[in-house]
Amino acid sequence: MRVLPPLLRRKPAVAVLMCVPLFALILGLVAYPFFHALFLATLNKAETAFVGLDNFSFLFGRQTFWMVVRQSLLFALVAVVFKALIGLAAAHAINTIPTKGQRKWRGMMLIPWVIPPALSTLGWWWLFEPTYSAINWGLTKLAVPAVPWLSDTFWARFSIILVNVWVGAPFFLIMYLAALKSIPGELYEAAEMDGAGPWQKFFHITLPMIRNIIAITTLFSIIVTLANFDIVRVLTQGGPLNTTHLFATYAFRVGIESGDIPLGAAVSLFMFPMLAILAFIILRNVRRRAASLA
Amino acid sequence: MTAVPVTSATSLRANRRWALIAAYACLGIFVVFFLFPPYYMLVTSLKTNAEIAELASNPWIVTDGVTFGHYKHLLTESSFPRFFLNTTIVTVVVVAITMVISVLAAYSLARLRFWGSGVLATGVFLTYLVPDTLLFIPLFKIVGWLGLLDTYWSLILVYPTLTVPFCTWIMIGYFGSIPRELDEAALIDGANHLQMLLKVFIPVALPGLIAATIFAFTVAWANFLYPLAYIYSESEMVLTVGTVTTLIKGDVFHWGGLMAGALLAAAPPVILYAFLMDYYIAGLTSGATKG
Repeated sequence: MRVLPPLLRRKPAVAVLMCVPLFALILGLVAYPFFHALFLATLNKAETAFVGLDNFSFLFGRQTFWMVVRQSLLFALVAVVFKALIGLAAAHAINTIPTKGQRKWRGMMLIPWVIPPALSTLGWWWLFEPTYSAINWGLTKLAVPAVPWLSDTFWARFSIILVNVWVGAPFFLIMYLAALKSIPGELYEAAEMDGAGPWQKFFHITLPMIRNIIAITTLFSIIVTLANFDIVRVLTQGGPLNTTHLFATYAFRVGIESGDIPLGAAVSLFMFPMLAILAFIILRNVRRRAASLA
Repeated sequence: MTAVPVTSATSLRANRRWALIAAYACLGIFVVFFLFPPYYMLVTSLKTNAEIAELASNPWIVTDGVTFGHYKHLLTESSFPRFFLNTTIVTVVVVAITMVISVLAAYSLARLRFWGSGVLATGVFLTYLVPDTLLFIPLFKIVGWLGLLDTYWSLILVYPTLTVPFCTWIMIGYFGSIPRELDEAALIDGANHLQMLLKVFIPVALPGLIAATIFAFTVAWANFLYPLAYIYSESEMVLTVGTVTTLIKGDVFHWGGLMAGALLAAAPPVILYAFLMDYYIAGLTSGATKG
């Protein structure tokens, strides 16, 4: 009985064959495009001559490019912090109420995550419309002056972060809620016996128990947020005066719309070192977690 | 002596009640925050153009009578049905391709070890972390070489790069958690790999399969960057880009039609989610936690 399975398992040909489509996909449509991007980034605009690192030095000399770098980092950090805080607060609130009602609340709060972001952002675009739309109508009723949501640099940056938080907070909510559910109830009961209040329980039991999930979720979210495209593209197209561009929208503007493919490829590639570092940390975290579960 | 535990029990109960009140207050605020944009989209899509253009009345409710005119126009006199059909074709084909590639690879990587299988599994996870915005420019060239520019076949080619890694990753997790006694029993009965996959692994890991399918469906339905970069003709457009680019032209008060289009385009993933919420959540959380 013990001999049979290893015999059949000793068929690497079948195993390799089953992975061929996956391997071809990763090689042909991920690895090859990546190296092709490196090659493209060293060409001139007409793609007729090798120019070395000229595209990069051109970008380094441009104020717009540095603004894109700063704005991408600012956007990602602020948005992720607020997504994490709102997600944690909402998950904690859901976990506090009786189990019977939890599904309903969770279901309602995940809706922003399910609507394709390009489409929900259209709704926000209309909400931000300065004259005819609902937010400024409400502000005027409260005797607050109307806000130029998308035409002023500060408010445009604010609006983009707001929409991103709206779209992304439910992801944190799901992850945190799953983590909260995995904490044994006895820990809280024991703490209550010892006279711990809600804040003490939160800081001394909840937070340490879900620390790993917080770390992994945050890292995932930084990647996705840094690479965001849809929201900025629909809301501001990078304006006013390029002040809301992220790496992706700027690469699209330069590479696809202005037709300078090599320069666009160079802009996109700037995301790579940051993503690589984040991916490395995530991989280490996931491995450590897998090891601790086994 | 007896008074002490009683007071501490009452204060505990009072504590719990306050925690409950605070929780409901919190949830109320969050639900309003999360749901007011779709609600406003719905309200706008049901208003007449005259009411949308009018400044005096409350924009949050329909005061001038509900109209389905925007929806009717969208479905009968615009390219919207074409977009819907294109998106459906692209999504169904991509989901099918994704599931075949992922299930085969995940079975192999979870059960049959071979030289380099560990590296490939790590590679799958790393590819999952590659965002669509990193490689869309080189892929633009590749799509062009293959003559697929300005057809929705370009999307069928590139979407699997976004769906397959995650689906393979979570299927490895689900397949890996199946007890080995199960496939050993099947092997003794003389099952080959294909039979084992179809008769043992897929039925047992069905929740994972559903989660992966939903994920692939959602990604393929929602992507915006690739169709925006590769497709220019209205007849080839999919819902996301078609709604954003073609419905915004024309007169100023296109808002009713635009919101109706966005809601209709978002309906399939939302409906799917409403029925399969638990699978959806299981898939999401297992992606980050399964080793």
